[in-house]
Amino acid sequence: MSQEGGKAGPQRAGGTSSVTAQTMEVQNLSAYYNKFKAVTDVSMKIEPNKVTALIGPSGCGKSTFIRTLNRMHEIARGGRIEGKVLLDGEDIYDDRVDPVQVRRKIGMVFQKPNPFPTMSVYDNVVAGLKLERRHKKSELDEVVEKMLRQAALWDEVKDKLSANGTDLSGGQQQRLCIARTLALEPQVILLDEPASALDPMSSQKIEDAMQELKERYTIVIVTHNMQQASRSSDYTGFFFIEDMGQPGQLWEFGETSKMFSNPERQETEDYVTGRFG
Amino acid sequence: MASNQLTKASGGFQRRKVVDRVMTGIAYAFTAFALVALVWVIAYVMSRGIQVWSLSFFTETTALFGDGGGIYNAMIGTAWIVLLAVLIGVPVGVMAGIYLADFGDNRLGDFIRFTADTMAGIPSIVVGLFIYALLILIMGWNAFAGACALAILMLPVIARTTEGIIRLVPGEIREASLALGLPQWKTMFRVVLPTAAAGIITGVFLAVARAAGETAPLIFTMLGSNFTNTNPLEGAMSAVSLYVYQASSSPYEAVQNAAWGAALVLLIFVLTLNFIARAIALRQKA
Ligand SMILES: Nc1ncnc2c1ncn2[C@@H]1O[C@H](COP(=O)(O)OP(=O)(O)OP(=O)(O)O)[C@@H](O)[C@H]1O
Ligand SMILES: [Mg+2]
Repeated sequence: MSQEGGKAGPQRAGGTSSVTAQTMEVQNLSAYYNKFKAVTDVSMKIEPNKVTALIGPSGCGKSTFIRTLNRMHEIARGGRIEGKVLLDGEDIYDDRVDPVQVRRKIGMVFQKPNPFPTMSVYDNVVAGLKLERRHKKSELDEVVEKMLRQAALWDEVKDKLSANGTDLSGGQQQRLCIARTLALEPQVILLDEPASALDPMSSQKIEDAMQELKERYTIVIVTHNMQQASRSSDYTGFFFIEDMGQPGQLWEFGETSKMFSNPERQETEDYVTGRFG
Repeated sequence: MASNQLTKASGGFQRRKVVDRVMTGIAYAFTAFALVALVWVIAYVMSRGIQVWSLSFFTETTALFGDGGGIYNAMIGTAWIVLLAVLIGVPVGVMAGIYLADFGDNRLGDFIRFTADTMAGIPSIVVGLFIYALLILIMGWNAFAGACALAILMLPVIARTTEGIIRLVPGEIREASLALGLPQWKTMFRVVLPTAAAGIITGVFLAVARAAGETAPLIFTMLGSNFTNTNPLEGAMSAVSLYVYQASSSPYEAVQNAAWGAALVLLIFVLTLNFIARAIALRQKA
């Protein structure tokens, strides 16, 4: 697992004002559903202000793994883990840590756009803030515009902020969900196949938004789209499952350029070149 | 030659067409039968009821002689018991539904579901008898006990409807809320319940409509009265359904006729609730 070379990453436009992006470190993590072990012994370091892509064949535990990173895994029936996940050196699974706080610091965007159906576009963006405590209207107005701009959605919806969140197109809904996650100013953003339910144009817009976002955030994204992974990520983790019924493993991890041009292991090469999976 | 290829071996098709017509006809006939029965009931109650409606019918109190008096006191009674039954039955029923939907995938949940389904099938007169033994023998006749009986009848319906509607709220919505760092109770009350609200309200209206016409449990609890009683905690009280029951069993024909007037009030109340429930359900879909 070589990742020391990451410092010379492209466009370090961040680092200006408040740098909130944080490093995450996963140590010997295994995830279970009751007795069933879905992911085994994963260790990796997730760099701040970088995009880390997770790829691999269906069912190898990418979703399970990414959900352990903000304690969403334990919501599933029988969901539990072994190992450690450090955010800025602090174990998010420590007994004294409130999972609710973890999820505010590590936001998540899901495969299927899921705006709140009873709320307007405006209310969707600030849902996380408003439902937590009262805020001034002017404060919220500001957040709404800022976050929608960051999610590259402002121009398209600025005239229909009071429309229902579910009245937007699929791609707009997904960017609305990204804006909703950003509004909490998380340190890390997890995205589980955010573009797989979208058309290529919408998918491209989300990819563009991500490039902007990594200036401020640490980003982890699960994707089945090899072009997207190779174009827009800095590190890539390849998950693989040796045999049916076996748990998924982190088969190889490294800089994206190396993973796609000259990977260490045969299975990785076969997968990224589309020979199976 | 090839031109009759498609029509040749189609004896089965002709027969299927005939069977299809017959079956469609039978289905229509039964639907028409159900509709005729419904329209007939409504039309008959209307024609009989409208004859006894007059201003004094709504402003006078009950008299089980002469022309039967009015239903002023009965309407007050029905308003009281429906209000109290909703205040007791809805919170408990909705909370039970939330529990069943969110935490009920275990033995206790199965037990509660089984109990609720059984309760829904218990004859209302048995519930009345139960409340009679539990409350009336100690407190004497009172409308609150009647409302309790109605609440018990409404409970299983509301609980199971709420559970069903909450389960229909997509898991992704719940996940989105939890992933925003909202605790489980806030997720339920601020995100899931508002999404399910229309369905739950529809269920509540239907349960209220059902309970409002109940008579048997009221006989055992609030008895019925010819006078206006505005204290639901003490003393016998009338209700529209009780008036229908008592007036219709009167030996005087004029009083018997007055029962139809009250029946029409009840019918209109129940139909209105049903229409409102429908309207809410439809608006949600749009
Ligand atoms: N809620 C659950 N309960 C039990 N087993 C589950 C649950 N969710 C996933 N699994 C199992 O865990 C394994 C990993 O699933 P996961 O969804 O993490 O794969 P994935 O890599 O995200 O696949 P995909 O690319 O298709 O999304 C699979 O064998 C799956 O059947
Ligand atoms: Mg997945």
